[in-house]
Amino acid sequence: MSLKPAVSKTDHTQGKKDADIVIVEYGDYQCPYCGAAYPILKEMMKKYGTQVEFVFRNFPLSEMHQYARPAAIVAEAAALQGKFWEMHDAIYENQEYLSENFLLELAEKLELDPHQFNTDIKKLELASKIDSDFESGVMSGVNGTPSLFVNGTKFNGGPQDLLQLISEITK
Amino acid sequence: MLQKNDVAPDFTLFATPDQKITLSEFRGKNVILAFYPADWSPVCSDQMALYNEMLKYFKKYDAEIFGISVDSKWCHMAFSQSRNLHFPLLSDFEAKGETSKKYGVYNTIEGECNRALFVIDKNGIIQWSYLSPMAVNPGADAILEALENL
Repeated sequence: MSLKPAVSKTDHTQGKKDADIVIVEYGDYQCPYCGAAYPILKEMMKKYGTQVEFVFRNFPLSEMHQYARPAAIVAEAAALQGKFWEMHDAIYENQEYLSENFLLELAEKLELDPHQFNTDIKKLELASKIDSDFESGVMSGVNGTPSLFVNGTKFNGGPQDLLQLISEITK
Repeated sequence: MLQKNDVAPDFTLFATPDQKITLSEFRGKNVILAFYPADWSPVCSDQMALYNEMLKYFKKYDAEIFGISVDSKWCHMAFSQSRNLHFPLLSDFEAKGETSKKYGVYNTIEGECNRALFVIDKNGIIQWSYLSPMAVNPGADAILEALENL
């Protein structure tokens, strides 16, 4: 199963640009398994961020998780103000408090420009960015969240296995 | 297990406690059958949750999807409500596994359906089928590809 389309400029990335090792996560902000993966992936990037690039794509299971899509929209709106990862992290670090109000509080806490934020969250472009992430996930063989890809190939282990793999190949 | 170009055997199964669905009533539409082992088990839940998000994509191909397992209609109802599913789960409950046996995807050791997918065209002919390992959620990419190829 391979990643379609490949990582591009429209993706949210962190770590080393154009690294030899590129990890892509398809995630849902309300998914408990993604919540459990978050600190492990965070640790991975802390340790190996100079050698690894990490990409996050949206895969909200909106019917099962009512705040997954609103959270994705808020994170994309934060991205328009250069604060995608701050919002991404803040949501996963506070996953148990997720609600629409809480997301608005986070926007305030991250000092997003309120006028721009309120306009952006209604933009069609944000909704279609999330849809196109979701569609790319389906076409790449994502079957649940989190789904991880290493250099474009689906990784069939958990985040802990990934951390182990990265620690071995960066030696 | 039935393969491409086999005629899809007809069946009538409970979709809700008081409503039955007959496959042949869907002639003129494409149909996806997703046989799965059991309600509530984690992999199935992911699989059904994924299809639940995909309904608008299936609609584009004029396709209806039905989940099928040997669970009872009441079990399906509770499962469906808890996952907020918007497509029917059919109950292959009495005689147990009769429909899955017709499709060649009944697991006699576990007494459950295997995890198997069928794409049936508008004339009731199977155009694609796939048997997934029990513990692996097969995702939806291959279903979309099969629909694309119809």
